[in-house]
Amino acid sequence: MNSIVAQERIIALRKKRSAQDLRFKYYGFIAMCLALAVLVFLLYSIFSRGFSAFQKTTILLEINYDQEVLKLTPDSTDQEIEKGKFFKVKKNALNNVFENLSKSDAKLIKKLFSTNIDKEIKNYYIDNPSVLNTTQKLWVTAHSNVDQMLKGNSRRDVPEDRRKLNDIQLSFIDQLVEEDRIQKEFNNFFFTRADSRHPEIAGIAGSFMGSLLTLFVVFILSFPIAIGASVYLEEFAPKNKLTELIEVNISNLAAVPSIVFGLLGLGVLLNVFGFPRSTPLVGGTVLALMTLPTIIIACRASLKAVPPSIKEGALAIGATKSQAVFHHVVPLALPGTLTGTIIGLAQALGETAPLIMIGMVAFIPNIPTGITEPSASLPVQIFLWVESAERGFQEKSAAAIMIILLFLFMMNALAVYLRNRFEKKW
Amino acid sequence: MVENNNTKISAKDVDVFYSEKQALNKISMDIKEKEVTALIGPSGCGKSTFLRCINRMNDLIEICKVTGSIKVDNEEIISSSTDVVSLRSKIGMVFQKPNPFPKSIFDNVAYGPSIHGLADTKSDLENIVITSLKKAGLYNEVKDRLNEPGTSLSGGQQQRLCIARAIAVNPEIILMDEPCSALDPIATAIIEELIDELRLNYTIIIVTHSMQQAARVSQKTCFFHLGELIESGETNKIFTNPDNTKTQDYITGRFG
Amino acid sequence: MFFWSIVLILIGIYSSYILGKSRIKKLVYSTNLKPKSQYNYHAQYVLSWCLLPALIVYFSWAIFEEQIIQNLILDSFEYVEGAAYNDGLLLAEIRNVANNTDFSEGKSQEIINAASQYKSLKLTSEISFYISIIIIMVLGSLYAVRKINIQFNAQDTIEKYIKYILIFCSSIAVLTTIGIIFSLIFESFRFFSQVSIFEFLFSTEWYPFIPIREGQAGAEGSFGAVPIFAGTFLVMIVAMCVAAPIGLLTAIYLSEYASQKVRKTVKPLLEILAGIPTIVYGFFAFVTVAPFVKSFGQSIGIDASPTSALAAGLVMGVMIIPFISSLSDDVINSVPQSLREGSLGIGANKAETIKKVILPAALPGIVGAFLLAISRAIGETMIVVVAAGTAANLTANPFENVTTVTVQIVVALIGDQEFDNPRTLSAFALGLVLFVITLSLNVLALRIVKKYRERYE
Repeated sequence: MNSIVAQERIIALRKKRSAQDLRFKYYGFIAMCLALAVLVFLLYSIFSRGFSAFQKTTILLEINYDQEVLKLTPDSTDQEIEKGKFFKVKKNALNNVFENLSKSDAKLIKKLFSTNIDKEIKNYYIDNPSVLNTTQKLWVTAHSNVDQMLKGNSRRDVPEDRRKLNDIQLSFIDQLVEEDRIQKEFNNFFFTRADSRHPEIAGIAGSFMGSLLTLFVVFILSFPIAIGASVYLEEFAPKNKLTELIEVNISNLAAVPSIVFGLLGLGVLLNVFGFPRSTPLVGGTVLALMTLPTIIIACRASLKAVPPSIKEGALAIGATKSQAVFHHVVPLALPGTLTGTIIGLAQALGETAPLIMIGMVAFIPNIPTGITEPSASLPVQIFLWVESAERGFQEKSAAAIMIILLFLFMMNALAVYLRNRFEKKW
Repeated sequence: MVENNNTKISAKDVDVFYSEKQALNKISMDIKEKEVTALIGPSGCGKSTFLRCINRMNDLIEICKVTGSIKVDNEEIISSSTDVVSLRSKIGMVFQKPNPFPKSIFDNVAYGPSIHGLADTKSDLENIVITSLKKAGLYNEVKDRLNEPGTSLSGGQQQRLCIARAIAVNPEIILMDEPCSALDPIATAIIEELIDELRLNYTIIIVTHSMQQAARVSQKTCFFHLGELIESGETNKIFTNPDNTKTQDYITGRFG
Repeated sequence: MFFWSIVLILIGIYSSYILGKSRIKKLVYSTNLKPKSQYNYHAQYVLSWCLLPALIVYFSWAIFEEQIIQNLILDSFEYVEGAAYNDGLLLAEIRNVANNTDFSEGKSQEIINAASQYKSLKLTSEISFYISIIIIMVLGSLYAVRKINIQFNAQDTIEKYIKYILIFCSSIAVLTTIGIIFSLIFESFRFFSQVSIFEFLFSTEWYPFIPIREGQAGAEGSFGAVPIFAGTFLVMIVAMCVAAPIGLLTAIYLSEYASQKVRKTVKPLLEILAGIPTIVYGFFAFVTVAPFVKSFGQSIGIDASPTSALAAGLVMGVMIIPFISSLSDDVINSVPQSLREGSLGIGANKAETIKKVILPAALPGIVGAFLLAISRAIGETMIVVVAAGTAANLTANPFENVTTVTVQIVVALIGDQEFDNPRTLSAFALGLVLFVITLSLNVLALRIVKKYRERYE
């Protein structure tokens, strides 16, 4: 074949080949866009569901704080107030939401309100004792079914038997809307309450506190241990089989599924060492063991990045090895170490499975205050709400996801900031 | 020139191995007190290795093995019972590339005295720092900014800061591993002058690439080649009338 | 207890330090000799002897105290004939009564007795805790002070202690592995003493329902894990079908075609995808993808389960896209530039270079990346717990409901845990299988990747 023939053949094929080239490039581009589109879609599907949870529905109720009904006097002690007959006051108020209610209608009306309103009525009185013997207009929390209906999360155009609210109740709601006696306001419960059986008053304060306490334990355990381990492996360890074993072990541990760490927590920490179940202490310990490899790997990288000349300088003026390391190398590696730790903490914050194993899925209706008290954690709370059949919990779980994503985002931003701000390039 | 005959360091049959590879072969030499001894030779000849044997910095390299005997003030230092930390406080070292700690100028100099407990009070410490900086000829340049980071200084100043840092622990010997190789000629000249002054109080051993530098600053010169000590003696003699032809070839620039 | 023990420890630190320092100063003064180490090191030496043993006691106390007290309570509890007891609930009740946090009335006498016993045990324990901590601190300090003399090299000793502490830190990782292996094997052993290992590995019936009472009729569990393994495999295959092409093509596009600017924006976005907690993916699968899969199934005439393998697998695929793309990216980037130039130099275009030169060269690395991704998919829990089913179902139809190893582990442990019941123990046997499989996949993958790296270095 001479070169002219070859040239002709090449030219003949060129168009087809460049079309192939372009096609291949587009495949790659489409794949990338697909991945990003899923990300957007995922965030959209969470945010669109979650935003409504930051509002709650309240209904205007006229409450007559009648001295006789309450069995209270202006000088009643706190204990007496605690025992005041507020439920009777509530009952009267509910019976008078609309005029001339039949008994069965009153029952239906009652179901439009949260079970929490007894407390709201009482708390209002405790805050304003002067309202005794007056009639007050109070915005009280509506039941989750009403809330969901008004937010459009549950539909009213389905047959009555498949709805939580029947036709009569819907007409009541419509009337309330017409008379402007129903409104949406900022959902303070979501941020100040712990979990509850009733979606309208369930909040993330308890699980958030649980997550915070858990992360505290993770940090206290993993940060010093990771620094110790990486300092030993980088600066002290002799090059022998044992060191190699530790290193292989750490890199493999990083790939063990998180649920296996949960089994470790259950089988060893709870059953052998008798750690208190369902507490941030044991949850944090398990998560610390889980994130330790990640942090150690980051720590070692930043220790490695410190030039050996600094250590030599210290050794040459007679510093001991540990002085040279702890006075000079470790402080210089600290930003990198902290970055790694924050990323490890972010990983721990989002982790759910191991916490389920050690019993942090229990229903905990109060806000924990210490690391040895039973508590939930944010991701577990999300899990519980996702699994729950009640419609009202779904928007709660989406909103809790928004909160957790916000925190993850802030932690990662902090890590990036620390890295850029303090990490020295040598 | 004041002659003295007090031997400060005496090496005998020093062998150094990196794993299997022999880096130094039977080095024996005596180094006199309060003189500048220059170690010269082509790169890879083992002069830095020998220097690092004297303050046991070779310990940092795991595969490095040293045999033979080096005596400092008649005390053996190549032995497992040697207290390396106090040895290094007695022998200061200045490195090829200036390596100030990324701390303030003051802290750089104060670090040694504070870990060795040389200062009982804060003003003692300040005195040590100021004297050391003065001895290193740096004080006038930095006296107004002792709290600025040491790394903000120029290369020559950084190197003098490292010298001040070494002086601050009151060493008797100062090892210098090509201290001027990263510096410009002006900074080099200042350091060389400083070395000349320091000679009055310290025994100095300097490794250098530059024969001119060796000729300018040293009283004794040792020529290393391929891990062996070829020739040592008065600097004047080595540079004008060496005994060995290899030395002759090296200093006249035929190899190296 | 926490606050006062901190105070105690701080006092210990201060006084032992001062003690050590004054001791060596006095020795120096009386002998007029120069001490071998500085005062500070002697002081630190005494301090570490004061502190370290006390800390060990502190932690073991914290860990074992409650356990021991509980056992003592249960041992001496006056069980009433005929009443049903649950140790956990009983202890909780006793504790609540003791702490005055139980307001319900009409507590039985044995509970009240136990509560007062609990209280007194707690008090005894607390007092003896403080006494023993103080004694240990004092003894440790005294021992150390006696060791101090002019010749004593405190600095070296301190250096050694620091090294021991560091060794302890690095051994935590090894201890964790030992703990995992120990707990998995130990509990699995108990499981296999009740269920035959052949049944577990080869039988296809998984009904982990165990009679609640002894001798309950007709309820015999069966523990054949084949459908679980099959379900795990099916979900993993679906996930890889999504993640492998998208992840690999994304990596190719980013490393070979994309401009610096695109790379700089897309890579962090993919990292966001990688950083999203798995429970979030679970939510996404449950509320968005599963209904979509169901309606899609209906539109093509298939009755899809609401907890189908497809929904879980698709979302899991999305989760591992960034994992595959970043690993493949590394692998492709480490193919030497000279190979690219060689191919482009004879007039091949980019697609041909990638397909015929780069991918074959990078193949081992990519295989390694896929293996790591598979291991990740198998070990993933929350997506499948939320979006896949719990009933074991041996099928290859992705529209049907399947269950996975991780789901079964969670299901077995989420309720009451009874460690003599094979249902609870089955979690550990499944965990052992999971651990072995993911570990071998990882070891294999890392070995392949390492070999691949060495080839181009």
